[in-house]
Amino acid sequence: MSNSQIKEPLMRVVKRDGARMREKVAARAAAILLALVLDALFIFFVTGQNPISVYGVMFQETFGTKSRCSWAMRDLVSLLCIGIALAPAFKMKFWNVGAEGQVLMGGLVTALIMVYFGNRLPMPVLFLVMLLTSVAIGAVWGLIPAFFKAKWKTNETLFTLMMNYVATSFVACAVNIMRGQASSLGKLNMGNRAGWFPSVFGQRYNINIIVVIILTFVMYFYLKYTKHGYEISVVGESENTARYAGINVAKVIMRTMAISGAISGLCGFLIVCGRDQTISTTTAGGNGFTAIIVAWLAKFNTFYMALIAFLLVFLQKGAAEIASAYGLNDYAASIITGIILFCILGSEFFINYKVIFRTGKGGKTA
Amino acid sequence: MECAIQMKHVTKTFGSVTANKDVSMDIYKGEILALLGENGSGKTTLLNMIAGIYYPDEGEVLVNGKQVEIRSPKDAYDLRIGMIHQHFKLVDVFTATENIALGLDSKEKFDLKQIRKKAEKICEKYHFEMDFDRKVYAMSVSQKQTLEIIKALYRGADILILDEPTAVLTPQETERLFKVIRNMKADGKSVVIITHKLHEVLAISDRVSILRKGEYVGSVKTSEADENLLTEMMVGKKVELNIERPVPENPVKRLEVRNLSVVSEEGVSVLSDISFDVYGGEILGIAGVSGNGQKELLEAIAGLQPVVEGGSIKYYNAADGSEPPMEVVGKNPKIIRSAGIHMSFVPEDRLGMGLVGSMGMTGNMMLKSYDRGRGFLTDRKKPQDLAESIMKELGVVTPGVNTPVSRLSGGNVQKVLVGREISESPIVLMTAYAVRGLDINTSYTIYDLLNRQKKKGVAVIYVGEDLDVLLELCDRILVLCGGRVNGILDGRSTTKEEVGLLMTKLQPDKVREKAQGEAKEEAQGETKEAQREEKETKKETREQEGGGKVE
Repeated sequence: MSNSQIKEPLMRVVKRDGARMREKVAARAAAILLALVLDALFIFFVTGQNPISVYGVMFQETFGTKSRCSWAMRDLVSLLCIGIALAPAFKMKFWNVGAEGQVLMGGLVTALIMVYFGNRLPMPVLFLVMLLTSVAIGAVWGLIPAFFKAKWKTNETLFTLMMNYVATSFVACAVNIMRGQASSLGKLNMGNRAGWFPSVFGQRYNINIIVVIILTFVMYFYLKYTKHGYEISVVGESENTARYAGINVAKVIMRTMAISGAISGLCGFLIVCGRDQTISTTTAGGNGFTAIIVAWLAKFNTFYMALIAFLLVFLQKGAAEIASAYGLNDYAASIITGIILFCILGSEFFINYKVIFRTGKGGKTA
Repeated sequence: MECAIQMKHVTKTFGSVTANKDVSMDIYKGEILALLGENGSGKTTLLNMIAGIYYPDEGEVLVNGKQVEIRSPKDAYDLRIGMIHQHFKLVDVFTATENIALGLDSKEKFDLKQIRKKAEKICEKYHFEMDFDRKVYAMSVSQKQTLEIIKALYRGADILILDEPTAVLTPQETERLFKVIRNMKADGKSVVIITHKLHEVLAISDRVSILRKGEYVGSVKTSEADENLLTEMMVGKKVELNIERPVPENPVKRLEVRNLSVVSEEGVSVLSDISFDVYGGEILGIAGVSGNGQKELLEAIAGLQPVVEGGSIKYYNAADGSEPPMEVVGKNPKIIRSAGIHMSFVPEDRLGMGLVGSMGMTGNMMLKSYDRGRGFLTDRKKPQDLAESIMKELGVVTPGVNTPVSRLSGGNVQKVLVGREISESPIVLMTAYAVRGLDINTSYTIYDLLNRQKKKGVAVIYVGEDLDVLLELCDRILVLCGGRVNGILDGRSTTKEEVGLLMTKLQPDKVREKAQGEAKEEAQGETKEAQREEKETKKETREQEGGGKVE
């Protein structure tokens, strides 16, 4: 037997027992700091520029002027709105990766009504019709996978994902019909601007910002203090417990997904009327997926979501700006964003676990 | 005596929980050692470190006098240590032979026939019975356990560790296992049994080592020990090992189950033609090998399990029979509640069914009452008051009423659950494995709570696995076997062997039906006499006192 040769393992992973608030904040701050250092190294070796000044440019280009700041806010609320839509579904452990499609469908009906009824309906009625139909179609788009999940236990991840492609195809088809001979669709109702949001405080998209701020409060309240919110938490924790409590699980799943889809649909309406004034297959622009990160990192607290969305938008915009400012490829921007996300997500591991290295006899924590 | 294994100052922590603290313990060659301790006292963790599952934070392990580092089960086998875990590590779709062959040293030629021959020899030597062509999924729990033991012996284990081997066995199977263990001892092997059942310790072991809260308390020669001494060492203070059993006072029928059948989602019949009555003021025990329909029976009564047409469960709300009985079948828990049926249910899976792990006590108090009141919002004031009063009355140890209950210890989790269920002032109270995993003190708190409900006139149904407790606590015992009522026995006059036999052998239909009828009569009349006799015999056993020495 040659076991006397065996040494204590080099590294062991041990579960941490509920880190304290201070440790959590410290771990996350350390993660962001580490990410900034890694990014600085990357920037320095690729561009040869001083990383500090590059970060300066990044901030300047994103928030430097009033209008830039307001654009950033505009993009932030689009992302946050979808995050809010996802929160109830994810809290229920229903993996809704179909927000992209739900937003597109909401945007599509908005655009169609804008084009075909824009001249026929008085403005308030037009907005009301667009709002209701976009919310309804979003709800339906969310309800379909929920119905199949509740009745036949289909896999909601695959189902919602595939519904995205259906929605994208619908949009592509409608855009082709609407543009006719033109090479691209361009802004809808360019002439009379029917169905465009009026500008408030100087910008049309300020309505989006106001609506999303209200939604942030409403959703927080809904999840925390209502009977529905309680049911969502119980179903998310354990379906058996929900059945034991007499909660109708199928009903809660369908109702919650209808709400989730409806808010996504509303987001499509806001984007088309307030931001783009047009529709395309990239209207949601991948935010339906990015919002998953937003919802998860914030643990479904809508106020944390706003912070996370802020960070992500800053990164995306800032990285894109420096890419163009220093003549870098678009991918360089993705790398910079990627490093930061990797570090933030990685810090979750250190919040939940600690690593013990071999130190002769007795271990020291790292 | 020569030491097979010596542990010196072994410490192991998980997060802020210290599972073992500075444990120094010896295992001798050729002995049967019982490692005794309450649930959560660190028995399994300690031996998992010898078996290579965990690695100690501090301290050292010596095998045959030489210091060793055991980093994996393979290292353990190289040192001739084999462990049979509580949850078997077998591949379901493989045969017995294939499971033995699994993970053998790759240098050996892979020859199933050869392996089988060798394994058969082991069986002969120790008098095992094993069908080597049978697939694991077709085996009974006891057969699986035998296979695990053969597997360990095949790998040449000289030191065998058995983690709670009797937890899932009937009394008869336990006796067979003990025979095998004695055979192994006769062959010079060391056997360590992890357990918290005192009478088994006394029946099989040569020596007992005791752990309390992760710390080593001491070792006693079994011949010098008795139950009182062992309990005292285990708990740290004298414990009254007496379960009260008051005589049922004017029992009234509260629940009438007739021809109840349940078919699982896979179309397998799990309960067939169950009929019995439950009376207020009595504790009806339900015994059976686990998985014989206990879970489904309680779930069916609670409205969680669809029932085959033709079955009925009638609930009697008024004690004097002035109200017509209410039918429970076909209602879900919410409808049952709103119909005014006062039924509480403490399910087996506490955090997976009875409670919401991520919520605090307050949130969990709301589970069955959150939808009361008209508004859209939940009322949190009343549940919080309830949580605080339960915390005080039952002595729940928690940092606060909003600390997630999943962070509490098993005993406290159960107190929260039982507390909530009792607070609803039930007329029928169902409990499934109410003391599983709890320490002795908490277990007795729970028995006491159930008895208090019984005295209040509540009809208590107690599904249990420890036959000793069932025989001491229950007025009547219904035995389930293969999803059928295999007999209803009087708790005061029956014996463990009788219950054990009914658990494993299905009686012919006629006998069963007759037994059901008789038991019903008995429950009404003969209990008082039996009770008096029982009390006297108990007194005698208590009076026998014995002293033991700590080594």
